[in-house]
Amino acid sequence: MNRALVAAIASGALLGAGLAVSSMTDRTVVLGFLDVLGAWNPTLAFVMAGAVAVTAVGFRFVLKRPSPALGGQFHVPKNDAVDRRLLAGAAIFGVGWGLAGFCPGPALVGAAAGLVDAWIFVPAMIAGSYLAGRLAR
Amino acid sequence: MNDWANGLLGGVLIGCAAVLLLWSIGRIAGISGIASGAVEGPRGDRAWRVAFIAGMAIAGAITLQFVPAPPRIQTGPAALLLAAGLLVGFGTRLGNGCTSGHGVCGLGRLSRRSLAAVVTFMATAMATTYLLRHAIGPAP
Repeated sequence: MNRALVAAIASGALLGAGLAVSSMTDRTVVLGFLDVLGAWNPTLAFVMAGAVAVTAVGFRFVLKRPSPALGGQFHVPKNDAVDRRLLAGAAIFGVGWGLAGFCPGPALVGAAAGLVDAWIFVPAMIAGSYLAGRLAR
Repeated sequence: MNDWANGLLGGVLIGCAAVLLLWSIGRIAGISGIASGAVEGPRGDRAWRVAFIAGMAIAGAITLQFVPAPPRIQTGPAALLLAAGLLVGFGTRLGNGCTSGHGVCGLGRLSRRSLAAVVTFMATAMATTYLLRHAIGPAP
């Protein structure tokens, strides 16, 4: 297997383990964070803080390199425009996230772990993504 | 361990995953984009995406055998889960990212675009949860 695929598997594995360890696959924990006026559960804030602290420092060093370690080039979005499509998409995503407490990563991990909720959610998520892809074409 | 310690540990793992992916193959660890590209992207650009998603799903499922895991049984109405899935899939595709791409990676890059996305989806998510739990009635 080539080294790029090993790196992708390793990165995915770290991310999946991180989601599981931090209870992000438990949608009641996520909904507890979103329910700011209820019995607030701050766990997601710690997850975000830990993750962004690492990327904010790590990305700075990585992006000083001329190219990625295994070759090719950096695929970092150059578009920094805040447009209607971005805001509409984010707003729609947020409504779905607030309804069920699943975002894409935890839902995919949950489906692999046998959570029936995720088995219902994931096919609908794939259909929604396909629909948006068709519309944008 | 406490909730905050588990959260912080998981967050650091997620951050390391994102740094590893950018350092090694120059890609942003945005799950919605990686997953949709794995299915619908150009043929030559699918292998690493499939590898990433497989690694995430399998390692996550294995880890859940050793840490407190949510119940496997259905805990919410199917209609609500289906509607939520549709909206999450549609919105993340339209807005080019989810909690990982815009949240973990975009904020780490100090992207104005990602900050706007995060503020927007946090706001509509909190408003939706509020309506569902406190205005309409008790839900999951």
